[in-house]
Amino acid sequence: MYKIVEKAVLTPVTKKFVVLAPMIAKKAEPGQFVIVRNGEKGERIPLTIADFDRAKGTITIVFQEVGRSTADLGLLREGDSILDVVGPLGLPAELPASGRVACVAGGVGVAPTYPKAKAMHERGVKVISIVGARSSDLLIMEKEMGAVSDELHICTDDGSRGFHGFVSEKLRELLQGGARFDEVIAIGPLPMMSATVEVTRPLGIRTWVSLNPIMVDGTGMCGACRVTVGGKTKFCCVDGPMFDGHQVDFKEAMRRSQMYLEQERLAAQVRHEGCAAGGDR
Amino acid sequence: MPLARTAMPAQDPKERTKNFDEVALGYSEEMAVREAGRCLGCKKPPCVEGCPVFVRIPEFIQRIRERDFAGAIRIIKSTNSLPAICGRVCPQEEQCEKLCVLGKKGEPVAVGRLERFAADWELAAGVERPSPPRWNGKKVAVVGSGPAGLTAAGDLAKLGYKVTIFEALHAPGGVCVYGIPEFRLPKRIVHAEVEYVKALGVELVTDIIVGRSVTIDELFESGYSAVFLGTGAGLPKFMGIPGENLNGVYSANEWLTRTNLMKAYRFPEYHTPIKVGRKVAVVGGGNVAMDAVRCALRLGAEEAHIVYRRSEKEMPARLEELENAKQEGVIFHLLTNPVRVLGDEKGWVRAIECVKMELGEPDASGRRRPVEVKGSEFTMDVETVVMALGTTPNPVLSRSTPGLTVHDWGGLVIDERTGATTREGVYAGGDAVTGSATVILAMGAGKKAAAAIHEYIRGKES
Repeated sequence: MYKIVEKAVLTPVTKKFVVLAPMIAKKAEPGQFVIVRNGEKGERIPLTIADFDRAKGTITIVFQEVGRSTADLGLLREGDSILDVVGPLGLPAELPASGRVACVAGGVGVAPTYPKAKAMHERGVKVISIVGARSSDLLIMEKEMGAVSDELHICTDDGSRGFHGFVSEKLRELLQGGARFDEVIAIGPLPMMSATVEVTRPLGIRTWVSLNPIMVDGTGMCGACRVTVGGKTKFCCVDGPMFDGHQVDFKEAMRRSQMYLEQERLAAQVRHEGCAAGGDR
Repeated sequence: MPLARTAMPAQDPKERTKNFDEVALGYSEEMAVREAGRCLGCKKPPCVEGCPVFVRIPEFIQRIRERDFAGAIRIIKSTNSLPAICGRVCPQEEQCEKLCVLGKKGEPVAVGRLERFAADWELAAGVERPSPPRWNGKKVAVVGSGPAGLTAAGDLAKLGYKVTIFEALHAPGGVCVYGIPEFRLPKRIVHAEVEYVKALGVELVTDIIVGRSVTIDELFESGYSAVFLGTGAGLPKFMGIPGENLNGVYSANEWLTRTNLMKAYRFPEYHTPIKVGRKVAVVGGGNVAMDAVRCALRLGAEEAHIVYRRSEKEMPARLEELENAKQEGVIFHLLTNPVRVLGDEKGWVRAIECVKMELGEPDASGRRRPVEVKGSEFTMDVETVVMALGTTPNPVLSRSTPGLTVHDWGGLVIDERTGATTREGVYAGGDAVTGSATVILAMGAGKKAAAAIHEYIRGKES
């Protein structure tokens, strides 16, 4: 059991947990993830480690409630425990030690971007962050990102805050205005990452993306997280989760991410009925 | 002396494909005593030679004959900590039963069924709790709680070691819980056997990935005198043909893990989903392929197909499993090999294109090599494809551990006699060494390594 020592509601659909997990905190590196399972009947959910504190023995996870399992997880309170947390999984991000790096983050993707921005900032890399969401009430971790960035650009799809448009468009604007980046890290929904790599592709700027496909075990056993990178099949859980964005087959990744839409709808319905009937919780 | 063995009752094939309950129902006391009466009680029993963990077969059968069932299970458990599992999933026909003298004229004694009977009798009567021996002051770490790890841990605990098993998944049992389906090996049986090993004093921690959460070096630093690696062969193989990443293509590992470990057959009560097409094709001819295809029927597939590139004679699956699959209505396409998976406009599987094969000269495995028949391509309409082509050891641990040598195909290099790896104090056994094999071979390897670890630690003391 892994105790939630702090809970924060970042947006109506985004929650942050600080979880006591000393063994994981001791080993975690930016870019890695954990698998959590909430209850005996729960799914194994992969979540990127958004922060870690080795001294306190804690890791931070941030998740958006997109289906039954994440919605159930979101109901846990400070002081409650998560049944299973396993990790750190995946390969640590290969981060540069100098130069200028653009961190482009969309929606809940800000959370996995943060530890990388933080690590680079600590090493003296110039971090230019472009953080976006659909609208201002869905923006998360603005303050944290600001603290580890040399420049912070806020974007919203609906124009309710900052730049009116996608983060990829903001990146394009900066580049057209003469900004120069040695590398770009883009993390967020698949369409956002896909759009971002198309901005940098013609300029040949190395662009890392972090994928979060469907997984079961997270240790290389099942192959559910297969992704085509540079024409080769990779397992995101052990070969990733970060890949060269210019090599990723995003069309396939988007298709594979929809594999259980039908079942997810059914599960959401069951959950809704359970709640309405006063069951479950 | 009847030439034929006593039949074991089983669920009706028409009924059992609608549930995940166990297929084989086990002997009654009368049946067990009758079957035990067929054993000749050989002075130099050849059957024992065929058992990787040297169960004293004629002795326990004699006890069953005398209706001393408690005595029977005690004899079995003196060398085998997991009898209820072995009685169900060991390929006895290739081991103890193959060497039975009765097999020369008629059918061999049903050793596996009797072992299962004794183990189940004890589970029903209440397991005799072992008294853990006094701690000898040494600790051993076991990585993986599958058959190899549980056996090594049990044997070492009996020798007085304090043993900790580290399991990566959230539930112990390894392949017995994620791979082998409920209808062949009920999880309550696995649970009971794990509890027995824990009762020997073994500590079991889940959610720990050795190589990631903690390294082998750190285990030694924290006071473990030796480490046993029973990490299995978790890495699935794919064919490398076009269309394998279409929606609806599974590795057998994923298909079985979702079904067995995560209980997707009880979705949405259990939260992990699985997508089962009307027609499911399983590619492969081993026990895992049989498990996968029989799961497909129980998950609601209207048709379940096996596609295998050799003929029935070369199939690695146990005869019993093959027969079970046939009885349940699985459709076999032998000497047939997929060449690509075809998708619809939305990227879901709609068919597989196959080619007919014929058998040529024997290959390295001794089996005749299948070769394509030119121009024999045809398509089979299916919505789900499961690749059951075998597995290789997971590289996570070997990559993170200096000093461990692996074969180019991923198996750990060991000294066959002792299970010692190329790193001092680190031993290994089971699928991590051999690639996907059987539960009992893994147990045999765990047993051998436990003895070698004992000798190693004693040798260091003197």
